Amino acid sequence: MTSTPGDPTVTVSAAAAAATGVRTPWSEFWRKFRKQPVAMGALAFVALLVLLAVFAPWIAPYDAENFFDYDRLNTPPSAAHWFGVDPLGRDILSRILMGSRISLAAGFFSVALGGLVGTTLGLLAGYYEGWWDRIVMRISDVLFAFPGILLALGVVAILGSSMVNVVVAVSVFSVPAFARLVRGQTLALKHMTYVEAVRSIGASNWTIVVRHILPGTISSIVVYFTMRLGTSIITAASLSFLGMGAQPPMPEWGAMLNEARADMVNAPHVALFPSLAIFFTVLAFNLLGDGLRDALDPKIDRQ
Amino acid sequence: MFNYFIKRVLGLTPTLLIVAVLVFLFVHMLPGDPAVLAAGQDADQATIALVRQDLGLDKPLPEQFVGFFSNMVTGDFGNSLRTRRPVSTEISERFFATFTLTLASMGWAVFFGMSIGVVSAVFRNRWPDRAGMTLAVSGISFPSFALGMLLMQVFSVKLGWLPTVGADTWKHYILPSLTLGAAVAAVMARFTRASLVEVIQEDFVRTARAKGLQERVVILHHALRNALIPVVTMMGLQFGFLLGGSIVVESVFNWPGLGRLLIDSVNSRDYPVIQALVLLFSLEFILINLAVDLVYGLINPTIRYK
Repeated sequence: MTSTPGDPTVTVSAAAAAATGVRTPWSEFWRKFRKQPVAMGALAFVALLVLLAVFAPWIAPYDAENFFDYDRLNTPPSAAHWFGVDPLGRDILSRILMGSRISLAAGFFSVALGGLVGTTLGLLAGYYEGWWDRIVMRISDVLFAFPGILLALGVVAILGSSMVNVVVAVSVFSVPAFARLVRGQTLALKHMTYVEAVRSIGASNWTIVVRHILPGTISSIVVYFTMRLGTSIITAASLSFLGMGAQPPMPEWGAMLNEARADMVNAPHVALFPSLAIFFTVLAFNLLGDGLRDALDPKIDRQ
Repeated sequence: MFNYFIKRVLGLTPTLLIVAVLVFLFVHMLPGDPAVLAAGQDADQATIALVRQDLGLDKPLPEQFVGFFSNMVTGDFGNSLRTRRPVSTEISERFFATFTLTLASMGWAVFFGMSIGVVSAVFRNRWPDRAGMTLAVSGISFPSFALGMLLMQVFSVKLGWLPTVGADTWKHYILPSLTLGAAVAAVMARFTRASLVEVIQEDFVRTARAKGLQERVVILHHALRNALIPVVTMMGLQFGFLLGGSIVVESVFNWPGLGRLLIDSVNSRDYPVIQALVLLFSLEFILINLAVDLVYGLINPTIRYK
């Protein structure tokens, strides 16, 4: 935490630590994380998912929006269409693959945006306290008082239905959570001896907050970020399911489920695969988050 | 206790005021002129001017807010743009359906969630724990709309045991409340387990065991009581989640409640109804948080109401 990048002695000692097995925060984290097979599995799955999303246009066997197989409407999975065909004749596997880009991007960008704003507000509120802190925390309380999806619906009602607006809407309710988390940590960290030492050698407030307090909050932010991804993906899909987000023919998973509702009796497989896609994606992020928390939380070592 | 209660209620006032201001400003943040929205797309200039005057939209903003606020206090939110009926009527007709659905979901979520949590904590790191926690993390990860569609497909369409949509008999409540409560039950299970695992390691639990109490009494009377404090907080927060979740679940099961009313209102830009609903949902959530704070005292007498 206190090591300065670029300092030769630190670089050398880090290399030596890796060779001789001395414990650094990173090696300690990796040692604990590696011991959790479930979390390692989740990490592998997330990595695979990201690869699939990046290369989806080349992997997808058919065009997700403009290929229509009129001879096979509503047919269940087969060799030609692994996940079956939807009521309009589109290949469900291709749509799921292309949809992974939308869901992962929506989840990532909404949490990143909310996390960035929330972390900044939390750092400032915790470091400066006073009236600024009270205002930020009061607004956070109010935002907390709105159930997330209600808040998102309000934003979509104002901005209109589209995927970009959904990302904005979902990010709004990540803000108070990050602000509270980071504020609490900042309050604790700023009274630590090392911060006092940095201040006594004349470092500016900016340097203290960005170089010395922020790194101390990173592990909680990473854990929370990962956990939040799952929730945000579900909320974004819920909004699309309600017709407020991605519009047809966009292959967003929630929107696909909404389209599948009409033909549930004849073609349940049309709803099954998007459901499973959302479930496994969110499950992987939640399990990864649990694993990160267990590996980063010093309390866990006692047990 | 009474002083504490009064202080807490007074403390809510600024929060409620901010919510009321936001809800009021909501109309003015909507794209387009609210008077045009209210009059309809093809109304002429004279009609729009008349509607503007009728709704008080031609007055200065602070004056509008005072009008809005005094109407709000008396429960008058104007008329729905879609049905032309009073917003209060629209809401009161549907309130009960959502209220009972939420209560039913909370009821079984607390029961199953806490049971799974207690069993997991008692059998920590053994198979009942692993099974319970796998179920819990799946419950958090399964989106409610997908779960609702799945349950409906299996129990209503394939097996024919339960009705699909509507809210007429108690049988109609089973699937929607299961769907809505699943994620809450999962969160409750995880929280109960985490809290109980910590408490079981405390000295007073060892003392209780040492004086020869049955394990059942030690867990349920001594440990669980102390483990409940964070769980009750979580329960309060989860009520907010249920309110939000009901929006999605009501859409899946075509439930005649407030959630579906909100969706219909957002789709048709029926802003008086949206305003009233957002205010109502926020008020409910704030009151629940207050109730949670008061319940603390009943569970944990060491909290002093200063």
